Amino acid sequence: MDQATFLFDILLPALMEGLVITLQLIVCSAPFGLALGVAVATGRQYGGRIISPLCKGFVYLIKGTPLLLLLFILYFGLPSIGITFSAFVASVIGFILCNGAYNSEYIRGALMSIKDGQMIAAQALGMTRSQAIKSVILPQALRRAIPGLSNEFIYLIKYSSLAYMITVIELSGAGKLVATKYFTYTESFAVVGIVYLALVSITTVAVNILEKQLAVPGTVRATAAVQL
Amino acid sequence: MNNNDCVLRVEDIHKSFGGKEVLRGITFDVRRGETKVFIGPSGTGKSTLLRCINQLTLPDRGRVWLDGEEVTNSGARINYFRQKIGMVFQNFYLFDHLTAVRNVELALLKVRGMGKAEAREKALIELRQVGMEDWADHYPAELSGGQAQRVSIARALAMDPDVILFDEPTSALDPELTREVLEVMKRLAREGMTMLVVTHEMGFACSVANEVLFMENGVVAEQGAPDLLLRDPRFTRMKDFIGRLDDRPGD
Repeated sequence: MDQATFLFDILLPALMEGLVITLQLIVCSAPFGLALGVAVATGRQYGGRIISPLCKGFVYLIKGTPLLLLLFILYFGLPSIGITFSAFVASVIGFILCNGAYNSEYIRGALMSIKDGQMIAAQALGMTRSQAIKSVILPQALRRAIPGLSNEFIYLIKYSSLAYMITVIELSGAGKLVATKYFTYTESFAVVGIVYLALVSITTVAVNILEKQLAVPGTVRATAAVQL
Repeated sequence: MNNNDCVLRVEDIHKSFGGKEVLRGITFDVRRGETKVFIGPSGTGKSTLLRCINQLTLPDRGRVWLDGEEVTNSGARINYFRQKIGMVFQNFYLFDHLTAVRNVELALLKVRGMGKAEAREKALIELRQVGMEDWADHYPAELSGGQAQRVSIARALAMDPDVILFDEPTSALDPELTREVLEVMKRLAREGMTMLVVTHEMGFACSVANEVLFMENGVVAEQGAPDLLLRDPRFTRMKDFIGRLDDRPGD
């Protein structure tokens, strides 16, 4: 079997199937991870004496333990107390929790960077705190969090490979299966790496476009984005 | 002064920050259509006083009444009173991510529950009031300080307030931009807007104020028509203060 036959007839079709699963994992996790991040950051920053420590505790737990451990608990551990998820669902839940916790830290940093005057002005107009957070603070903070959030999104693309450890045959898993079967470790994993690189490159370009689109005219960020 | 005439009543306001008494019992009434100007050294509690009126800072003691209704201790109803008590800040505090017109219409949409078309129309009318309608689609970062401050005045006007609090509205502006903001404020005063103004602009105080309150060490030290405080020999403290302002080297 020559290299071309192996690449086009065996490796790439297998990787395509894995890639579809990887994309499904990402698409199912990222929006909820973002929503969770916004909720946790807002709760921690503005939640008061009960919600704020809860959010802090959640982030502490997720940051302090390996994602792989979380996936093992969700998939292998929970059935013992009667909660059973499919491997795919367990992965998505794990990714949402992890992504959400890290996202929340980027968003919290951005929330802290918004000057008090914005909240004061909103309240002086008769807005409630939650109206001010929703209409004034978050739209500004989320713009500032984009670089951090995109970083975390890129991590998600890569740590989605951990789903393989709980039997989801995604991109890395598919590569591993082919590599073992045909004893082609270097070639298989090199191609897998190239696919991840492509995914990350696409993300980077997309985030650059998004950042330019959302930049507020007249600000330093907008000017810098135009110059690039 | 009869009661109908009095739109805002401030009664014995006290406020301390960490043991330092900033306000030590401030009382005054504001008649509808009146402009009161607060003058005094920095750190004497003028800005804190304005913030106590709309409860952005909670006073330790004392009460505020708007049109016969108590603003202090009003619970969630404070958001109603804050619509009726507009505020303009030294550093404008425009919403940085919104164009001028959206700055003005945001509270109309969210607080007043107006429809989009109606809110936009009202926002544009208010921008015209301050001569900023041509800049409606510009963002705060694209505006000069004077323009930004005029937009923030339009934003306060849009809520149809009974009274507007101006917290050093021109202190962040150079003299030329100061003039354009003061022109707008003078017109508002002439048109009968009730205004409380903390400022160091003596020219504005003399030409517009019905009454000047000179504050020192958390109390109103002298109070009266600007002419009276400046000419009458019985009043000395504000004249001293202004004298010191004029003597500042290189200013």
